[in-house]
Amino acid sequence: MSRLSIEASTPLCLLQDAGRFGVRHLGVTQGGGLDWRSMSWANWLLGNALDAAVIEITLGGFTVVAEGDCLLALAGADLGAQLDGQALAPWRSFKLRKGQRLQFTQPLLGARAYLAAPGGFDAPKVLGSSATVVREELGGLDGMGRALAKGASLSYSAEAPLLMRELPREQIPDFKSDLPLDVVLGAQIGEFSGQSLFDAFNSAWTLDSRADRMGIRLLGTALQYQGKPMISEGIPLGAVQVPPDGQPIVLLNDRQTIGGYPRLGALTPLALARLAQCLPGATVRLRPVVQDVAHREQVEYLRRFSDR
Amino acid sequence: MKLRVEVVALDCLMVRLFDEIAEANMPWMLAASENLRAAFGAHLIDLVPSYTTLMVHYDLAALSPAQARELIAEALIDLSPNTRTGGKCHVLPVWYDVSVGPELRLLSQRSGLAVEEVIRRHSDREYQVFALGFAPGFAFMGLVEEVLAAPRLNTPRKKVAAGSVGIAERQTAAYPVVSPGGWNLIGRTPAKLFDRERDGYSLMQPGDTVRFEAVSYAEFINLGGDDTPLEAQA
Repeated sequence: MSRLSIEASTPLCLLQDAGRFGVRHLGVTQGGGLDWRSMSWANWLLGNALDAAVIEITLGGFTVVAEGDCLLALAGADLGAQLDGQALAPWRSFKLRKGQRLQFTQPLLGARAYLAAPGGFDAPKVLGSSATVVREELGGLDGMGRALAKGASLSYSAEAPLLMRELPREQIPDFKSDLPLDVVLGAQIGEFSGQSLFDAFNSAWTLDSRADRMGIRLLGTALQYQGKPMISEGIPLGAVQVPPDGQPIVLLNDRQTIGGYPRLGALTPLALARLAQCLPGATVRLRPVVQDVAHREQVEYLRRFSDR
Repeated sequence: MKLRVEVVALDCLMVRLFDEIAEANMPWMLAASENLRAAFGAHLIDLVPSYTTLMVHYDLAALSPAQARELIAEALIDLSPNTRTGGKCHVLPVWYDVSVGPELRLLSQRSGLAVEEVIRRHSDREYQVFALGFAPGFAFMGLVEEVLAAPRLNTPRKKVAAGSVGIAERQTAAYPVVSPGGWNLIGRTPAKLFDRERDGYSLMQPGDTVRFEAVSYAEFINLGGDDTPLEAQA
């Protein structure tokens, strides 16, 4: 029953897990950690289930003080974490002794850090998940969808593992990679003009500052959809939808469940994990990928977590 | 019906059954939905029905895209419409009043009907729940009479009170929670549309039918309605 007390937080510091499933037909969004890969590694470092509840810290501004000895794990962005003033690099488990302070200052590499605790942080499951969705008033510490706030207390109930762990270097995701983001092409792909298809996959896209957990807007050459208006339909995670202004929006975990804008396709989970670590102003490129190839790649990646 | 299966994502396929919104789609949609749930079993992560489509999100660790397509094909072979009308019939009490339904006057002007007649016509019809989306428990219902149809507001409201009943084109809906919204508001229901303690959570499910029943202010309040004016919530 080790506890942490939150000394500083922001509306972008949220309790998350893998998200809410089996309820999308009711209009309930998916939610969950935006960089599922880093979140999974944070849990892996402690031998947790990969979907155990973690803290998603976006950009920094989060500080906790230990009220008892804790063993925690950190993965994802380097947000200038300091343990009592000493730099703490991510991708490892670490001890936080009673009275010690863990502070996230500013983004040095990446955008989102994941802090995990043995067995996951304690939180009620609402509709099967603790994922915080502020808009829907679901999840989080009290189940009402609130962001983590100063003064709140975090606890976990599982025994800490005996051994500390560090992620092997070759497994650490490369947040500096400039490889294009893979897009599984969707059904409306043929309804975009030839020029637009060329532009979509051959030009650079800048991440707009208009970005949140629902979606990230990409700025660049406007894309032209020439098909008929669409009737609203289900929207997958990572959908690259193109509204009438031609500027694509990549839809993320807190997206609306149905919508009627045409789509180029959907980013793969690995591409989404990378996008989630990009800051506004960053440039990305898109690359089409066949569904089968993307599927094989994902299944292969997931095998890495089975090495316990 | 012209059935197609389309790629939407690494682990999602879209089953497209129709090209137009119609009440006659519903028995087919319900049957397809039931069969798909049975065919995918534990490998189904989510099934997202909309007006003419069903999006199948399956477990990528258990199924390849080819296997998922096979399951879909098996599930939908020999599809016959579900006419057992498994859906529930709901009666939603509504306090129709300009203080909570400011577009009653606009709809009256557009249609040339008196406000009372707009109310009568809206509540004199049985609507079908086509899909849930936008927010938890937000049910897209239709179709409202052509004469009451109206486009969404040019500038959506930043805040629409919970329970607000509105019209957009030939659809009608009630907002489960306070949210932004651009529908033409005509009244307010005291019904709790989404309740995390309720079995199934959402009052309305796709395939259900809904009738609105005009109630007085006193009845609205008695039923637990909140009469906070719109402006006070903005």
